Amino acid sequence: MTLIDFANPSRFLSFTDRVLAWLAAATLLAFAFGFSQVIAAPDDYQQGATVKIMFIHVPAAWLGIFAWGLMSVAALGTLVWRHPLADVAAKAAAPIGAAFTLICLITGSLWGRPMWGTYWVWDARLTSVLVLFLMYLGVIALWRTIDDPTRAARAAAVLTLVGAINLPIIKFSVDWWNTLHQPASVLRLGGPTIHPALLVPLILMAVAFMLLFLTLHLAAMRNEIMRRRLRTLQMLQARAAAGH
Amino acid sequence: MTALAALFVRDMRLAVRVGGGALIGVLFFLIVVTLTPFALGPDLALLARVGPAILWLGALLASLLALDRLIAMDHEDGSLDLILTARVPLELAVAAKALAHWLTTGLPLVVAAPLLGFLLNLEPKATGAVALTLLAGTPALTFIGLIGAALTVALRRGGLLLAVLVLPLTVPVLIFGVAASNAAIVGPVPFATPFAILCALTLMSLVVGPFAAAAALRHGLE
Amino acid sequence: MRLVASDLACVRGGRQVFSGVGFAVDAGEALMVTGPNGAGKSSLLRLIAGLVGVAGGGVALDGGDGELTIGEQAHYLGHQDALKSSLSVAENLAFWANVLGDGTARVGTALAAVDLGSLARLPAIYLSAGQRRRLSIARLIAIARPIWLLDEPTSGLDASGQTMLADLMRAHLAGGGLVLAATHGPIGLDGAKELRLGESR
Repeated sequence: MTLIDFANPSRFLSFTDRVLAWLAAATLLAFAFGFSQVIAAPDDYQQGATVKIMFIHVPAAWLGIFAWGLMSVAALGTLVWRHPLADVAAKAAAPIGAAFTLICLITGSLWGRPMWGTYWVWDARLTSVLVLFLMYLGVIALWRTIDDPTRAARAAAVLTLVGAINLPIIKFSVDWWNTLHQPASVLRLGGPTIHPALLVPLILMAVAFMLLFLTLHLAAMRNEIMRRRLRTLQMLQARAAAGH
Repeated sequence: MTALAALFVRDMRLAVRVGGGALIGVLFFLIVVTLTPFALGPDLALLARVGPAILWLGALLASLLALDRLIAMDHEDGSLDLILTARVPLELAVAAKALAHWLTTGLPLVVAAPLLGFLLNLEPKATGAVALTLLAGTPALTFIGLIGAALTVALRRGGLLLAVLVLPLTVPVLIFGVAASNAAIVGPVPFATPFAILCALTLMSLVVGPFAAAAALRHGLE
Repeated sequence: MRLVASDLACVRGGRQVFSGVGFAVDAGEALMVTGPNGAGKSSLLRLIAGLVGVAGGGVALDGGDGELTIGEQAHYLGHQDALKSSLSVAENLAFWANVLGDGTARVGTALAAVDLGSLARLPAIYLSAGQRRRLSIARLIAIARPIWLLDEPTSGLDASGQTMLADLMRAHLAGGGLVLAATHGPIGLDGAKELRLGESR
């Protein structure tokens, strides 16, 4: 099954009809297994049990960045290859990516509190993720503001690609900014070189998160296709009434 | 439904349905607050010290943003003409619109302020004080801004001119808003004094705003 | 009821648009305002509606409500439709019925009268230009006001729409209303008086 097969929205809908329930079940199983391994994993010698927030925080961060990457590929699909489902994929991915980024920010804040004494520091990593979150909100706002889905798709695609180029730049400049102004306290995000006992649960949780993203994304794409069909029906209704 | 209630409800409905809705203002507020540490440096102590000021400036700018659409959107599609033929005083009509605008733009800023306060390392007491002063002061920002919106209604690049006209008028509100916040944090002036003046400014703007805006609209009629 | 204007003058943008305009319209009568572009047809209607200042002369309504201005007793149908795209057809009309009327709105009847009844729940953004025009005309049916100030009301309407409008105007006149219409061509009202602008400068 090539990508072209999914170019037909109806075929996409019937495909996801069958697949979605299985995906959801797989997600639940992955989380169940992953959590069991997380609980079984040893505590960190320094941070105690709070290190286990990492098992949500890190995969959330990965998925947050992955979603923007997915949106960028979809953006190319819209602008360059004119793939019919590309913009649906992009629009559906944005809120999910934003949510994962927010989870990353919140869990990171909770994780850092015991160490920093405060819920938030303007550290390079946190700040870059915050900026990523703001960019997500911007793209979502752009999608919502432009009425015509095609125009909105092109505008959002341009913004997404510019953002993709900009993300490494932001990360670099924020790193540079943070080293310019040496903070008063010593920041230790506790990024230890990972012990295998912690690595395995981390990978498991990452897989579970990925399945969750996939499930949510496909469901969101279905919703968006339905929404566009509704819009077309309304336009037809208006045109039919005008005909007499 | 009475005419004023209908106008109020419609403006609320439009604010929620169109584009990003009320949350665009909050997003701008968030961005402005996020930008300030880039300019000031990540020193948490410094940020806590200037936090109330940053929050007030952010709220002020975010309030201003949506204002130039307030009356212009009705002027552009001919709704303003019809509102002028309604059997309600123009003063009350623009007041109803301003109230809907504050509820959908200003009030979300007040709700978002505590979240942003924690980004700036403000203590809960400080955040609470800032939120309270914003609650008392953002109506003033909206109703003063209403005057600018009425003055610039027919202009194409009205947005910047509106900001230029309105910002000087909002200086007293800003001064007493930040003063009240700082009074709650460091003292020695009791919180109540600048806060009472802030409330007085808001009450004045609730009256002066609609009357000035209506006069501006009538004189601007071509 | 009688709408009388004498020696009206109008200045817009520093330019004198017209002067010395006078007319009288009784209940049940229609006045067609004609003339070349720029003669001031729209300005005259806007002046009567109170949307433009009077630079000379005056216009008075005998037999109307003394507490209200002329504009508050008139329906002004301008070039723009005053419709919000994100509201539905019925919501748009209900809004104006509440703002311009006294709460006794006849939204359903009005929509049926302009043949938009089946689209009541449709968001206004999907309407064609002719349908938007008809929705604006529905405003005139939903709320009763004696004076109709119509600025090129047939623009955007197809043949059936123009017939519908002519029928509605005739019904309004039969009920004792007044119609002033700025137009370039005939609008289907026989026996209407004519006021030519552009010659009385």
